[in-house]
Amino acid sequence: MLQPLRETCRRLLEDGTVQVVIGYGQAVRAVEPYPVFITDPDEVGQLVWNEQCRTNLVKYLLRKEIRALGKPAIVVKGCDERALVVLEQESQLDRSQMVVIGVACDGMAEPRCEVCDAHQPRFADVTIGQADNQDQPAERRYAHLRQFLEQPLASRMAYWKTELERCVKCYACRQACPLCYCERCIVDKNRPTCLDTSATLKGNFAWHIVRAFHLASRCVGCDQCSRVCPEGIDLRLLNLSLARAAEADFGYRAGTAREAEPVLGHYSQQDQEDFIR
Amino acid sequence: MTAAASDTATGGFEPKIVAYVCNWCTYLGADLAGTNRLEYPANVRIIRLPCTGRIDFNLIVKAFEIGADAVVVSGCHPGDCHYTSGNYHARRRWMLFRELLGTLGIESQRVHFAWISAAEGKKFQQVISEITAQIRALGPYRAYREICEA
Repeated sequence: MLQPLRETCRRLLEDGTVQVVIGYGQAVRAVEPYPVFITDPDEVGQLVWNEQCRTNLVKYLLRKEIRALGKPAIVVKGCDERALVVLEQESQLDRSQMVVIGVACDGMAEPRCEVCDAHQPRFADVTIGQADNQDQPAERRYAHLRQFLEQPLASRMAYWKTELERCVKCYACRQACPLCYCERCIVDKNRPTCLDTSATLKGNFAWHIVRAFHLASRCVGCDQCSRVCPEGIDLRLLNLSLARAAEADFGYRAGTAREAEPVLGHYSQQDQEDFIR
Repeated sequence: MTAAASDTATGGFEPKIVAYVCNWCTYLGADLAGTNRLEYPANVRIIRLPCTGRIDFNLIVKAFEIGADAVVVSGCHPGDCHYTSGNYHARRRWMLFRELLGTLGIESQRVHFAWISAAEGKKFQQVISEITAQIRALGPYRAYREICEA
């Protein structure tokens, strides 16, 4: 898997198709591979591929300093690729201006990988390796959430109080999210202040509600937010609840179909309204 | 007005209800209730916004932050939106937002949605009376207040 990946990247760099390859590299001491940006074909040996390549690299496509390097090629897994699809739908990316190298993935030993149905990339320009996309029924994909929702309302609130109390508002969840691309985030707006920016329980609730809801029906479940959280807050639960609602009410799963109409920004006159008086 | 002040004034708990209403339908419905001398509880604080499509979920959270016991969001009936589709967009957002509130453990009885047209002064009165009675029975929203005071 690694050899064809390196060869593909070398070829793309050598013939000038792309100027930079965004991939996974291995730091000497670090356990986790870290993102590398390779511009020299002789350096493709830095690229690695193993079951620690959890990071979703799509975020780097949006960064100004990376864009300045020229036309990119990016290494994605089947799940990361969904973020690309959403960004393309939202006109944040031009797929003709990049090469997407999809790598088949057998799972990264994470809970979400057990219920993954995107082992094999489907929209990539070049695909390396072969994996099976097993169908995962919705009840399995949302099992984590369903288990959480079994407890009564008051205990859910109590859970979030203890969790969000720890939040220090480092905004790593926002910085790491491939779909949080606003040039100026709503929490950074201060004339007037939209949200309580203090890292108190009140401010933390406000922030996490905003973060989750701004990703409503857009989140692709890459779990990058939970992974980077220094306090280990399970933000995945909030994302899952909105994803499940989008799927249950609108049959929509973000990033699984390029032509699908996004849930928010469109409407139907037949939308359910039994909760409205 | 602080919670304590309102409690002593009435000798019991009086809920504070924030109503975000659209300028073109529900606000005029409330106006009609007034001109028709239809009495409705004074617990409701009406905030007029251009359209339900403008009613950001942040505003709902904000209302709880400043001590509301319940929030009502109301606008034009489907098909009647002054801006053609604002209420349709809003409806979709509410559907998803309610899920998020449930996961966070925020009581769904505290957030109400309604369609009230400019001709439905009576319905405005009924909706506000019902919700006020319901919240009076439920009691103050201590859970969110604790969050805000922590």
